[in-house]
Amino acid sequence: MTTFDTNLTPAELKQEAAQLFLKKRLLSFVLPAAVLAYMAYVFVAFDVAGLWQRASLENARTLVSDSYSYKTHVTRDNRSGAVSVAIEGERKGAYPEGTAPDWVSLGETTVIDLEDGHRVTLGPETIEYVIPGYGTVRATPSRSAGVQAELPAGEVPEWINSSKNRLAITTDAGRLTVTRNRAEVFRYFTGWELFFFTLDSPYYGLGIGELLQRAAGGEAGAILHDVWTNKMWRHQDVAWAIAETLLMAFLGTFGAGLIALPLAFAATRNFMPFAPLRFAMRRLFDFVRGVDSLIWTVVLARAFGPGPLTGALAILVTDTGTFGKIFSEALENVDEKQIEGVASTGAKPAQRYRFGVIPQITPVLLSQLLYFLESNTRSATIIGAITGGGIGLLLTQAIITQKDWEEVAYYITLIILMVMLMDWISGWLRRRLITGETGSAKRKTRAGKAMLLP
Amino acid sequence: MADLTAARPTLDEIREQYTDHTRRKRLYGGILLAVFVAMMVAGFRTADDRNAGSFGEGFTRIFDYPAEVLAEAAEKAAQLPGHVVHFFPALVETLNIAAASTLVGAVVGTLLSMLATRGMAPWPALIPLFRRISDICRAIPEIVIALVLIFVLGGGPVPAMIAIAIHTAGALGKLFSEVNENASLKPVEGLTSVGASWAQRMALGVLPQVGPNYVSYALLRFEINIRASAILGFVGAGGIGYELKNAMSWGQGRYDEAAAIFLLLFVTIVAVDQLSGLLRDRLTHGAKA
Repeated sequence: MTTFDTNLTPAELKQEAAQLFLKKRLLSFVLPAAVLAYMAYVFVAFDVAGLWQRASLENARTLVSDSYSYKTHVTRDNRSGAVSVAIEGERKGAYPEGTAPDWVSLGETTVIDLEDGHRVTLGPETIEYVIPGYGTVRATPSRSAGVQAELPAGEVPEWINSSKNRLAITTDAGRLTVTRNRAEVFRYFTGWELFFFTLDSPYYGLGIGELLQRAAGGEAGAILHDVWTNKMWRHQDVAWAIAETLLMAFLGTFGAGLIALPLAFAATRNFMPFAPLRFAMRRLFDFVRGVDSLIWTVVLARAFGPGPLTGALAILVTDTGTFGKIFSEALENVDEKQIEGVASTGAKPAQRYRFGVIPQITPVLLSQLLYFLESNTRSATIIGAITGGGIGLLLTQAIITQKDWEEVAYYITLIILMVMLMDWISGWLRRRLITGETGSAKRKTRAGKAMLLP
Repeated sequence: MADLTAARPTLDEIREQYTDHTRRKRLYGGILLAVFVAMMVAGFRTADDRNAGSFGEGFTRIFDYPAEVLAEAAEKAAQLPGHVVHFFPALVETLNIAAASTLVGAVVGTLLSMLATRGMAPWPALIPLFRRISDICRAIPEIVIALVLIFVLGGGPVPAMIAIAIHTAGALGKLFSEVNENASLKPVEGLTSVGASWAQRMALGVLPQVGPNYVSYALLRFEINIRASAILGFVGAGGIGYELKNAMSWGQGRYDEAAAIFLLLFVTIVAVDQLSGLLRDRLTHGAKA
């Protein structure tokens, strides 16, 4: 790069240095400018400006508020006059016939207390909503005339939506919708209702103290069973889904390691003297790695159908290529002296590999396997969403329905915890198995170069 | 361990101790291996049970689908160049998602890493906080954020970009802070002594030292992000993955399109792999003079 030509005069040297500085200075302007120009191009190409118009703030609001709250529906069928109360309006969360939470008093006229003075009365003919600071809204639904609404005098505020066949009122306390066929009241609460027990469980609504008491009294099995078979939050299915995801990652990673290790020997210069096979092996690894896991997933899903096995195989195939490359690189860096030493004691080839080679590559091998185990937990979530297995599937299903955001929030929390736990376990195992230390020793040196970790 | 006050152990005792030790080690190794094998077998059988199609059945059919696709693509080989041209913009979008998210992620990751490295952090008390932030960013699979953002922002490349950028920021934040730990702090001290601000200290004292490693990790991340953005397209985030999903759901008769997309994706990934491998090699080992 630099020339030490003795013939150069100081003036020439100075000029050279000045040129170098100029080049560097220009570069330090050109690089950020190029990045900025690229980002500007992306801004236009992705139509970010148009995005704000398309973005639905309404969706964002429901998403956020729904993820930490739930609503209870009180529905009156205007034809039969029957009133039903259900959490989230789902049948699984419905109160048994004739029962209701204490803020709803059932009867000929059902009175619903929405707190802060808001009160809805579902009468036999007329539905009344008392809104403090505004007045009383009356609506009379009928078969022939639609919904006849009587609003207080003055301009209709924007949170009241009234038309011939429908009246909708949204306040901070709740929401009332009246149509010809039914009247529905929503009341919002904070929290994840029915998380442990559904309404049909005898343990619903009990405090922790009493639950512990009952558990001590021999009902622990029944209590756990009720939580486990909770139909609303489906703890059993969720636990299975997480287990499936972990299973995919585990089978895929270690299966790939088991397959890649013997193949890697065939791709190294020092263990495979036959060049064509070595070349073929390397190209095979490149090919398998190059065909993206997306393509493998798609192809394998056709053959095996949806499920955890497909996901595990997709991970296995992709990672076989990656591991083959890493392992063969590690094998090429093996120290020959140890193999010679083992051979000098009269060891047979198998023993030479076992005691001369394997101990040398074990640290690299294990640390890579464990790195990938963690990252494949994440991949398994994504692949599960495509092939249909594990927590990824549950998550996509919950998002597609666009209403169970509390479940989405629950799954996301579980996924993050799962990945962090795997990260922690893999780090702990790496420290335990590779450096053999039990304490939380500072790891300054890393085994091998982790240049392929995703 | 060794009892110094006791009499010198005889050779037999030493041998016995040694064989004992070896035996115990072998036993542990054997147990570990047995547990591992049992877990693999049990895991495989569970996965097989819970899968729609069984392994034995599906195994024979692995190549059916690729064969069908290839046969149809070969039949309509003349249209292949046309399809490649047709889907090229989608590929560019996928690449753009990957590149933009890598850039954004690298910038955020740089900041996170500097805030989380001892000796460089402006607020040393907050180091654990920034570490946790990058841990959490790293732990979130891209698909989670992408799906939620698609609901809010509508389908398109931006949700995918944000999702990948968040994960990239976390992953690079961790890798960068490992690089930072090996950087010399002397230039930083020198700059402090002449009154440089934190930003100046980082830009002039740290970045030149860690730059090549940063770029090398970022390139690696770019490779990974291309794959990620192709996958996210499959769940509705635009780009080549989305086209693939469409081509696939048309089923038979459109396999030539699927083949063109497979081809594009394969060539791109291999090309970027090779290119970035070369670049990374140069960055870490220096240019070969």
